[in-house]
Amino acid sequence: MKPIDLSRFAAVAMALTCAAIAPSVHAATPAELLAGYTAQAAAPAVPARGQQLFTTTHGREWSCSSCHGAAPTQTGKHASTGKPIDALAPAFSPQRFTDAAKTEKWFRRNCNDVMGRECNAAEKADVLAWLMTLKP
Amino acid sequence: MSVRLSSCLRLVSLGLAAAGMAHAAYADDDARGPRLPLLPKYQQECTACHLAYPPGMLPAASWQRLMNNLPRHFGTDASLDAATIKELSTWLGAHAGTYKRVREEPAQDRITRSAWFLRKHDEVSSAAWKLPAVKSASNCAACHTRADQGDFSERNIRIPR
Repeated sequence: MKPIDLSRFAAVAMALTCAAIAPSVHAATPAELLAGYTAQAAAPAVPARGQQLFTTTHGREWSCSSCHGAAPTQTGKHASTGKPIDALAPAFSPQRFTDAAKTEKWFRRNCNDVMGRECNAAEKADVLAWLMTLKP
Repeated sequence: MSVRLSSCLRLVSLGLAAAGMAHAAYADDDARGPRLPLLPKYQQECTACHLAYPPGMLPAASWQRLMNNLPRHFGTDASLDAATIKELSTWLGAHAGTYKRVREEPAQDRITRSAWFLRKHDEVSSAAWKLPAVKSASNCAACHTRADQGDFSERNIRIPR
C-alpha cells in the first residue's frame, strides 16, 4: 500500500485556483483568430472553400476528416492511435480556437500531415470560417 | 503579473517542492518504484495524441532520437517549439530506463519492439491484438485499465471483447 501524497493534491488544487484567477495570456476568441488570418490573407474568408479543403485529401493518405470526422461537430478519432478527439467546431467545444499559439501549432502539424506543407493564412481563414458556421 | 497571482504561484511552487521531497522519501522503498510523477508539459503534449508513456520504458538514446525527430514522428508531424523540446528532452534523459532489460535500444525506438515488451505479451492472442478496441500495440490503455496512471500491474488488465 503506497502512501497517498496529499501535498501533490494540494499543489494541483492551488495551481488550478491560480489558473482560474489568471486566464492564459494567449486567450483569444475564434472570431479574433479569424480576423487575424483574414487580415494576413488580405481577403475575406470563404467557408465553402474551407469545407472543401477539410473534407478532401491532398495527394496524401489523410484528410482533416480522417481524424476530425466529416462533420467536426462530433468527437473524432485519431487515425493511427485511435485516441478520441474533441469536436473541432467551436460551438461544440468551447475551448477550441481560444489560444493563438495552440491553434498555430496544430495548423502547422496537421496541414503538414495532410498536404505536405504548412497552410497559408487564407487557407486557415477558410477552414476556421467554415468551422464557425457549424452550429448545434 | 498581479501580486495576487505571483503569491499564488509561490505557494504552488512550495507545494510542488514538498511533493518532490515526499516522492524521494519513498521512491527507494520499492525497487520498481512508485509511478514517476509525469512532467506536466510531457503529459500535456504527448497525451494530445497518445498515452504519456512512462519514460523508463525506453533508454535515453531512444528518447533522444525521438525528440530530435518530432516532425517525422511515426508517420505524423508532432513538431514542438525549441523551448518545449529542450524541457522534455532534459526530463526524459533524466528518467529514461537504465534497468538492464530496458538498456537495449529497440528497433525504430518503439517500446513495442523491445524484447521485454514482446516477452511480457507473448500470451496475448493475435485475435486480441486485432480487436477494434485495441487496434495497435501502442494502445496500452485498451487492456491496461490504469495505464494512464502509470499502473501496468496484471491485476488491472482487462482484455476487451
